[in-house]
Amino acid sequence: MTLTLNPPRLVATDALLQISNVSKSYGAVNAVRDVSATVYPGEVLGIVGESGSGKSTLLRMMNLEEIPDSGTYTLDLPEVSGNLFDLDRFARRMLCAKRIGIVYQNPHLGLLMDHTSSGNVAERLLVAGERRFGELRARAQDALAASEFPLERLDDPPRDLSGGMQQRVQLAKAIALEPALLLLDEPTTGLDVSVQALVLDTLKRLQQERQITMVLVSHDLGVIRTLADRVMVMRRGQVVEAGLVDQIFQDPQHPYTQQLVHAKL
Amino acid sequence: MSVVLEVQSLTKGFTMHHLNSYLAAFSDVSFDLNAGEFLLLKGHNGAGKSTLLRTLYRTYLAQSGQALFHSQHGVIDLLRAADVDLALLRRSEIGFVTQFLVARPRVSAEALVAEPLRRAAWDTASAQQEARHWLQAFGVKQSLWRAYPTTFSGGEQQKVNLARALILPQKLLLLDEPTASLDAGARAALVARLAELKSNGTAMIGVFHHPDDVAHLIDRVIDLTPEAQQNKEVPDVVV
Repeated sequence: MTLTLNPPRLVATDALLQISNVSKSYGAVNAVRDVSATVYPGEVLGIVGESGSGKSTLLRMMNLEEIPDSGTYTLDLPEVSGNLFDLDRFARRMLCAKRIGIVYQNPHLGLLMDHTSSGNVAERLLVAGERRFGELRARAQDALAASEFPLERLDDPPRDLSGGMQQRVQLAKAIALEPALLLLDEPTTGLDVSVQALVLDTLKRLQQERQITMVLVSHDLGVIRTLADRVMVMRRGQVVEAGLVDQIFQDPQHPYTQQLVHAKL
Repeated sequence: MSVVLEVQSLTKGFTMHHLNSYLAAFSDVSFDLNAGEFLLLKGHNGAGKSTLLRTLYRTYLAQSGQALFHSQHGVIDLLRAADVDLALLRRSEIGFVTQFLVARPRVSAEALVAEPLRRAAWDTASAQQEARHWLQAFGVKQSLWRAYPTTFSGGEQQKVNLARALILPQKLLLLDEPTASLDAGARAALVARLAELKSNGTAMIGVFHHPDDVAHLIDRVIDLTPEAQQNKEVPDVVV
């Protein structure tokens, strides 16, 4: 047995994100069971676990795409209060458009494949209320540049781009409005190793320059180790262990985490 | 002298579930550490020296005991502090120095070294200037400052790592064999920097394979070999 940790005492700021006791089942399957998580401003929380562990379902809840059977979700933002799961569809959509960015593993989920890349990013700004053409174009370009997207390909549609480039367009779209929260669902899974390293590097750089609060879901321990400050390990819809990233990797406590860490190449 | 750390009955071991066994690292270790004090951990390989450092840094979780750190925000038990509190202390008050650099692709040596200063809200220009000063002090060639350390030799990486780890004065510094495989020039620079930090009040706990390097800095020694640990229970005078 190890010691039980105390609640935070030194950190003076309030948590940005607090999701408490969420559960969700699909028929007989308990996808997420009584999960809670807290994320502080500027932090990167990693969620690791195998397929079917519930990690992506949890992330979709944070993006208000999925409403759990029970549990609460709050974000410390001036324009919202109370349980965000109680908001109506329109309010949820506006909150997501303005404050939450997301990058999916599958670019088809995040992008219109036949529109231009800059148009994909601009669309996000349109939804949030920007109408001036020049401003739209300039801000889309800035976001694509920050995502290290080659600007000579601004007008190419995502379907003509490589997987790594598509992820950069998704990232640009996600950060165009400087979101309070950036959600990443397996952002580099399926990319070539060299491309994966470059996309990870871009994410790390953006995080350090802008102190973006991130929640990152991945089954890849290397990705988690590169980006996350803290990690939650999920299995069968539950959190089995959580801790500082170096502690989870070097002194895992739960049998499942030990197995996971020892299986890493 | 003001106390920085009070360690009481610290016990650490590892449960290995796949072997269904428990491996004890050390048990019931107690000591106090004052500002500007240098404590050397002694003991053969496997006695738990590095493990003790990592337990205080919370890379490892302790089984029992207490480690009261006198932070600028108040006294906090490092063994039980919330993860986010530990992360805060690691950014501002507790440093860990190893011989290994964690290089990242496409980040230059000077940017890596400047990072702790940037996190402490230094402006870009002064952070860069200070980073260059310490790269120079540790003997990293100027032509390498803007290069990516991922491709540096082990020795050069180690110098970058030391510059980064020691650039920002900390209240408590944990040193895990930082001199191993270091050339004479860099070793001298390291010892000079440690002496400077110590005289400015940094408390240090160190593991050194060749403690001669830092002999003049050592104030106290704790021997972690099990026999020595048992002997500490024996009264000084045996009737």
